[in-house]
Amino acid sequence: MKATALIAEDEPLLAQALQAELARAWPGLQIVASVGDGDAAVAQALRLQPDVLFLDIRMPGQTGLQAAAELADEWPEGAPFPALVFVTAYDAYAVEAFEAQAVDYVLKPVQPERLARTVQRVQQLLAQRQPTVDAFDDATLARLRALLVAGNAPSPATPPRLKVIPASVGQGIRMVPIGEVLVFEAADKYVRVLTEGSEVLIRTPLKELLPQLEPADFWQVHRGTVVRASAIVSVHRDEAGKLSLRLRGRPENWPVSRLYAGQFKAM
Amino acid sequence: MATKGMRDTAAMPPFKFKPDVTARRALVVVVVNTVIALIITAVNGDALAVNLVYSQCIGLGIWMMIDGGRHVLHPSGWPGAWRMALLVVFAVLTSYVGGSVVANLLLGRPLLASLSNVPRATLGFVLMSLAAGGFGAYYFTSRAMLANARLAQEEAQRQASEARLKLLESQLEPHMLFNTLANLRVLIGTDPVRATAMLDRLNDFLRATLTASRTEASAGRHTLADEFARLRDYLELMAVRMGPRLRYTLDLPEQLARQPVPPLLLQPLVENCIRHGLEPSLLGGEIRVGARHEGNDLVLEVSDTGVGCEPTPTPGFGLSQVRERLETAYPGHARMDWHGQPGGGTRALLTLPWTTSP
Repeated sequence: MKATALIAEDEPLLAQALQAELARAWPGLQIVASVGDGDAAVAQALRLQPDVLFLDIRMPGQTGLQAAAELADEWPEGAPFPALVFVTAYDAYAVEAFEAQAVDYVLKPVQPERLARTVQRVQQLLAQRQPTVDAFDDATLARLRALLVAGNAPSPATPPRLKVIPASVGQGIRMVPIGEVLVFEAADKYVRVLTEGSEVLIRTPLKELLPQLEPADFWQVHRGTVVRASAIVSVHRDEAGKLSLRLRGRPENWPVSRLYAGQFKAM
Repeated sequence: MATKGMRDTAAMPPFKFKPDVTARRALVVVVVNTVIALIITAVNGDALAVNLVYSQCIGLGIWMMIDGGRHVLHPSGWPGAWRMALLVVFAVLTSYVGGSVVANLLLGRPLLASLSNVPRATLGFVLMSLAAGGFGAYYFTSRAMLANARLAQEEAQRQASEARLKLLESQLEPHMLFNTLANLRVLIGTDPVRATAMLDRLNDFLRATLTASRTEASAGRHTLADEFARLRDYLELMAVRMGPRLRYTLDLPEQLARQPVPPLLLQPLVENCIRHGLEPSLLGGEIRVGARHEGNDLVLEVSDTGVGCEPTPTPGFGLSQVRERLETAYPGHARMDWHGQPGGGTRALLTLPWTTSP
């Protein structure tokens, strides 16, 4: 079976080895790109649109999971989404999640028999794929969301819920009650905390913030955006099929990514 | 001296009431009382049944007062030798009177009947009770102390093995191990000479890690030269994996080579540099490890030019573990200063006492 693939692996020897093993296990597979970090993986995958992605979990820049999530958001409508195979040496949480979500993965060192089984499954998947059907069924997106949660939060205990957010403003600290917050938005090294008519910056990354928020009150709608669910006024779909929403008390339009669009189906 | 040691160890686990232990003791006391009644019967020729009632009432009373009283006086059950002796005397005297009264009540005799006996006979019985009470108290307490000491020792051992396991886990990071094995697997096919060299490095690294986790006693024999050799093993292993993204310098002046250090003290710091500094960076970076002699101090420095981090790193960074080991090895005489800056790499400075004529 003819197909194209991209390998994202930061260790050069291991990338070569995977390529060599794949050449034996799947002679019809053409490796169109081999990259060493998550950002390059996203860029090259979007450009070359291969059939299969082999993504290492721990890479410089974005992790393999984050790269997959970004691709799900950015992937052009109508084009078939690649089959995903994650590669990892040892990530107990990730492997557990892969098993739970029935996502393909291979463990390093890559062993021929195990790789052959994965190749067989991917080939079946590609054979069943129908290019005309919408590339994203809800199951694929739900799986990716679950993987992201598992990959982000290796914390054994649930941290206490945030009540107030201390944010440094000039020389002082401003205490923002969580009840006033409408949006958390990741911005470079900061997170913007937006309330009605004001804005503060905090240094805590969004992924550390997320487990401290009440999931019923705050919904993630994009990789970098978490909004107060009760403040959502309307959800709008544009001609290209992209969702965006408006919040009470804020003038902006907030794009909803494909990964999180499932929560906005009309009842 | 022996009692002092006993008291110290016995003080650790708090007293718990154990019904099975108490029942066993009561049985022992009953048997001893019966033996005493038999002896008295043999010597004085009274009725055995009568002697049995007296000896059980008095003996059980003595036991209850001593065994209960010592826990009232001290939670661990060992109130100290002097208070214990006083407790025994007090328990014997009151129980002798109390027990006799109860026995008289049971036998339907006047309440103070046996106490108004010939004074010599009463004194004899009191002395016998005293001896039995003293012996019983000593016997039971020392057994309880021994059991407590054993518990305390087991607890200490458990804590020590937990600490060892933690050190081992932090140093034998599975991700590193499996990635190294994956590289090795590739090299065996493509470059056997390099594979052999890498395997030797891995060998030395594993041996050093296991030895360091097994005992801190090898401290004093592990020199800075050894430490730097192990760091080189580790960095060489990582260099195979990371290629040109990892650059490093190890700078150990000759006159410092024989300074003793706790084994693999610096390894978690170098691992931090790679994991949090260089691995997340597309271009990688450089790691420097150096040592110098400053006054009465030995100063060790580990720095990197990676992505850096917040000035207060999140816990679980391995830094607290390094600080703990410094504190264990040189209580109050060593410290670690750690600086991190986003985009500016990190730097750890360890100050240890200089060891003269190592």
